[in-house]
Amino acid sequence: MPTIEIDDKVIEVKAGSTIIEAADSMGIPIPRFCYHKKLSVAANCRMCLVQVEKMGKPLPACATPVTDGMKVFTRSQFAVKAQKSVMEFLLINHPLDCPICDQGGECELQDIAVGYGASGSRYTEEKRVVLNKNIGPLISTDMTRCIQCTRCVRFLKEVGGMMELGMVGRGEHAEITAYVDKSVDSELSGNIIDLCPVGALTSKPFRYSARTWELIRRHSIAPHDGLGSPIEMHVKGNTVMRVLPREDEAINECWISDRDRYSYEALNSADRLTTPMIKDNGVWVETDWQSALEFAATRLNDIARNNPQDIGVLVSPNSTMEEAYLAKKLAQGLGCGNVDHRLRQSDFRLDSKHIGTVWMGCNISDVQSMERVLVIGSNLRNEHPLLTHRLRKAVKAGAELSLLNPIDDDPLMPVAHKTICAPDAMVNALAQILKAMSVMPRYAGHLSPAVSNLIDKVKVQSGPQSSAQAIAESLSGSSASVDLVAPRAAVLLGNIAVHHPRYAEIYSLGEAIAELCGASFGVLSEAANSVGADFAQVLPNADAMNARTMLESPRKGYLLVNVEPELDCHNAHLAAKAMAEAECVVALTVFKSEALRDADVLLPIAPFSETSGTFMNMEGRVQTFSAAVKPLGECRPAWKVLRVLGNVLNIPGFDFDSSEQVSREIFGGEDPSQLASNRLNNHLYDSGVRDAARVNDETPNILQRIGEISLYQADALVRRAAPLQKTKYAVPLAAYMHHAQLAQLGFQAGGAVTVSQGNGSVSLMAQIDDHVPIGCIRIAAALKETAALGDMFGPLEIKAVEIKAA
Amino acid sequence: MSPSLNATLNSVCFRTIDKPNPASLETYRSLGGYEVLKRIITEQTPAVEIINELKLSNLRGRGGAGFPTGLKWSFMPKNYEGDKYLLCNSDEGEPGTFKDRDILRYNPHQLIEGMAIGGYVMGAKTGYNYIHGEIWAEYEIFERALDEARAAGLLGDNLFGTNFSFNLYAHHGYGAYICGEETALLESVEGKKGQPRFKPPFPASYGLYGKPTTINNTETFASVPYILQHGGQHFLDLGVANSGGTKLFSVSGHVEKPGNFEVNMGLPFPELLALAGGVWKGRKLKAVIPGGSSVPVVPADVMMATNMDYDSITKAGSMLGAGSVIVMDESTDMVKALDRLSYFYFEESCGQCTPCREGTGWLWRVVRRIADGKGRMEDLDLLTDVSTNISGRTICALGDAAATPVLSFIKHFRPEFEYYIQHGRSMITG
Ligand SMILES: Cc1cc2nc3c(=O)[nH]c(=O)nc-3n(C[C@H](O)[C@H](O)[C@H](O)COP(=O)(O)O)c2cc1C
Ligand code: SF4
Ligand code: FES
Repeated sequence: MPTIEIDDKVIEVKAGSTIIEAADSMGIPIPRFCYHKKLSVAANCRMCLVQVEKMGKPLPACATPVTDGMKVFTRSQFAVKAQKSVMEFLLINHPLDCPICDQGGECELQDIAVGYGASGSRYTEEKRVVLNKNIGPLISTDMTRCIQCTRCVRFLKEVGGMMELGMVGRGEHAEITAYVDKSVDSELSGNIIDLCPVGALTSKPFRYSARTWELIRRHSIAPHDGLGSPIEMHVKGNTVMRVLPREDEAINECWISDRDRYSYEALNSADRLTTPMIKDNGVWVETDWQSALEFAATRLNDIARNNPQDIGVLVSPNSTMEEAYLAKKLAQGLGCGNVDHRLRQSDFRLDSKHIGTVWMGCNISDVQSMERVLVIGSNLRNEHPLLTHRLRKAVKAGAELSLLNPIDDDPLMPVAHKTICAPDAMVNALAQILKAMSVMPRYAGHLSPAVSNLIDKVKVQSGPQSSAQAIAESLSGSSASVDLVAPRAAVLLGNIAVHHPRYAEIYSLGEAIAELCGASFGVLSEAANSVGADFAQVLPNADAMNARTMLESPRKGYLLVNVEPELDCHNAHLAAKAMAEAECVVALTVFKSEALRDADVLLPIAPFSETSGTFMNMEGRVQTFSAAVKPLGECRPAWKVLRVLGNVLNIPGFDFDSSEQVSREIFGGEDPSQLASNRLNNHLYDSGVRDAARVNDETPNILQRIGEISLYQADALVRRAAPLQKTKYAVPLAAYMHHAQLAQLGFQAGGAVTVSQGNGSVSLMAQIDDHVPIGCIRIAAALKETAALGDMFGPLEIKAVEIKAA
Repeated sequence: MSPSLNATLNSVCFRTIDKPNPASLETYRSLGGYEVLKRIITEQTPAVEIINELKLSNLRGRGGAGFPTGLKWSFMPKNYEGDKYLLCNSDEGEPGTFKDRDILRYNPHQLIEGMAIGGYVMGAKTGYNYIHGEIWAEYEIFERALDEARAAGLLGDNLFGTNFSFNLYAHHGYGAYICGEETALLESVEGKKGQPRFKPPFPASYGLYGKPTTINNTETFASVPYILQHGGQHFLDLGVANSGGTKLFSVSGHVEKPGNFEVNMGLPFPELLALAGGVWKGRKLKAVIPGGSSVPVVPADVMMATNMDYDSITKAGSMLGAGSVIVMDESTDMVKALDRLSYFYFEESCGQCTPCREGTGWLWRVVRRIADGKGRMEDLDLLTDVSTNISGRTICALGDAAATPVLSFIKHFRPEFEYYIQHGRSMITG
């Protein structure tokens, strides 16, 4: 390891590191603009020039590798003169409009100018003006302020996976711009606001609303996907003004997705429910908490007294562990076992077979060092926007990514092998991978009788077979160029797999494949607390009803915790019908919602920003947070509402004074992380469902729906984040199908069609999307426009709307 | 003692120039062309022997920096598995340069042979010649020469029945000066915007598509077959100490017969001037930029006492550069001249690094303001200071190239600048 000296301090550093890395590790400040530890080195701003012994010119610390015995001076006259001259160059064309700039007070240029700038300018010529660009609803631009550091360009290319910004023009005319008439659509785009060292890129929704020094920073955890990014909520008065990432190398590094960044806009939306409401003769009336709680308790109790199993309890997987746990405890207290948080799951055949709590099977940070990955059933960027970046890192480092998916959306990274097939062909496709693997010499001796027996029955269909072979080889470590003995490999299930009608087979086969090749195996959990709710046993009791059966056999009463039934459940039609027919629906909800039209009482609860609580993320990490602001209006934290409800119902064990007490009860007083790591386990008791009879099932000639959930429709909060709804991700709703499918059905793109599932039907426009396999129609779920439809995946009928001649 | 002019004019890169059909394969072969290539390939001459011959010849890079070619060729990794590349820099775009164009026009085969020899020596199977975008006719001549060479089995796979292959392609740019900087050239060949890369890593380890790459100037490559044909010592003897061989000088500006002259290194400047017909219209010489617009200007008296070789010109306070001799007569308004040069660098800066992007515009605007009669006395110190602040702090040498004319013009012709500032008009043209 080379030893170097910086400003008379000696340090041993890793060979190949740069001067700036060494200086940063020693806490020696070197000014910089273009350098960022997570991006490639551009060395274009020249702010980091330092003196290196025996060199006639100052060298950029960010791009100069250390050599043994190197002597660096960061504060010598020679170095400082160079740094100051660069500062002067950076400022001559800068507008210096700090008083009207949103970046004021948190601007790297401003800060460094204090140290290195002159008090007056020697530049008396005309200054450059650069036209602003409209790059979408999330980021506002003031391009005259840009200092061409290209951090934004490099971020979108290297982290976002697509070069959506670039520098066009040369010399003084060089400017950062998007493609002609294009916006920046990356689902990670907001990070370029944090990266921009000046006020060229600022947050559009936050713009002009507060100064950094007016904001109080409160720590929280992002409440959407299973990553659980640590965030910082910036609060003014009692309002969350914006959300920024907190750095945690193990989870989010230093980024957050746009969903995590901008969903706060929903916290202050007009949809917030701020007073309890009771439906009186079909009319909603505002009431006080006591009446509302008594009303709710009485109605639930009336049903429970008769038969506790007439009640169904549905809990959002975005609720905290405390909330979910108390909902379960309340149900138990009433004698009811029908509790579930797996609202979008439809196949529960594995319920008695799980040994432990299902998780992703490895740590988040392990993903980037995988050499082989198979992702089954996931529209990655949609479901797990930031985790996808870890996969991208792995692929960049040489990993082979294979996909088995019913849609062919681009994950913005090279995919080594893929099988894109209709949902009902996925099980067979997976079985074929297992079969291809089983005949490889290196595994031949390791097959369990169950697997061998199964493999014999797997029909090898002509379609996806070739990629099955390739995927099997890839996972096992062999490929054309290299043959790894035991590659670090992972088999990961995405949301589509979990929502799949034959999740049990997909899970079991995935696990068998992973076991055979020694890969880690797990589920990329859909929501912020999916793993936590599992862990807290917010699941049906044995023989009780799950999230699907509770709707299939409608209950008399429902208790909903943070659920919009037709948007959050697998089968929208069933959910709406069950609510409509129920005698009583008690809803704890953050928002007024059309989806709660059939409720009888609405109890206003605090969103994550107004309560304390705990989420357990996909890697089983337990993260506790406190309220960033006080609850709005009459809202109360849901754990408190459930506690009082428990008290009113005279259920014992509901004397909690804080959410911490609830979580202590959940973890039985033990260390949460320790307990979590003991309980996380993806194995199945009797190798799951490997019913040979069903691996070859297909339903030819029946059109199937692919009802995925789009990025900004996933939960109640994000659905109400206005800026996100204006992005390109808010894809116009339509019945999307392959152009050949469209032709075969005799439809016109843009023509009106009627789509039916069961008793429900909706009118949509037919559109072309060649990412959809033949035999399938892609129709988004979690939308009120498609709430009349049924299963997210399942058969449907479609016909053109006859236009009568005038 | 000065060498005899007639015996040595146009003897290396321009040796086909007086023949009919100078660019044809036939003409080049009649001078023994491609024999060296054939010999070294069929005899499997060890690469180190050829490199030693080049070192002996003292051939230095003709692209401007004058880096010893034999040494550069020895930097390429030897036992590297995978592709290596050879690139020829025919992007000449600096004001005053126009020599490589004439090599392409009159003797393209010597360049092709030089590159093929380079391919053999450095183990590169693929080469590209990057040709400036504004010399289309020469690009087409070169393409024709490539076709001829391919048809004659001089380029391609398994040359002369051996397992040595060398494929060469022409690639034309679009006229950006910056693409002549070797790493910007690499980016441009890769299909990206021509912007210099930060070095290290150097092209010999991380070049085209990240592979080991050597880049040489057109004249450098074209000198190689001659050297190997006649021996390193012979080439060395054509020149003077530290400057082996001949050099193409592109003489332009206020002379009677502007043009390219290939002469022996060390030729006294007055003799070169005489070859170009002397200062035009019988006027007196005022100053000379001896190596292209990015080297310091030299006042007439100093220049007239200087020989045309690396060391002599350095001693005169300038650089031999690419051998582009810009002659200025007594009627030249040095402020206007600098205005034009500064505008060039302002327009050609690639824009990625701060001192050059911001500084070149600043320099030009101040010079322009002085030329417009709105200068201020403190502008001269400001120009000097800004130039110094650009120099040595940029990613590539364009920054230094922009600063040099400003520094040297003010240094040698300060009174002219002061006159503009005081009187609002030119001391020379009134
Ligand atoms: C701004 C700039 C422009 C340049 N343009 C050219 C050019 O047009 N032709 C050239 O041969 N070298 C040019 N060079 C020099 C090249 O970077 C490189 O040093 C040269 O091609 C190496 O070849 P040589 O060793 O044969 O001289 C330029 C350098 C700079 C900084
Ligand atoms: S010195 Fe100029 S041309 Fe060279 S990299 Fe910097 S901005 Fe580009
Ligand atoms: S931080 Fe090193 S050049 Fe920009």
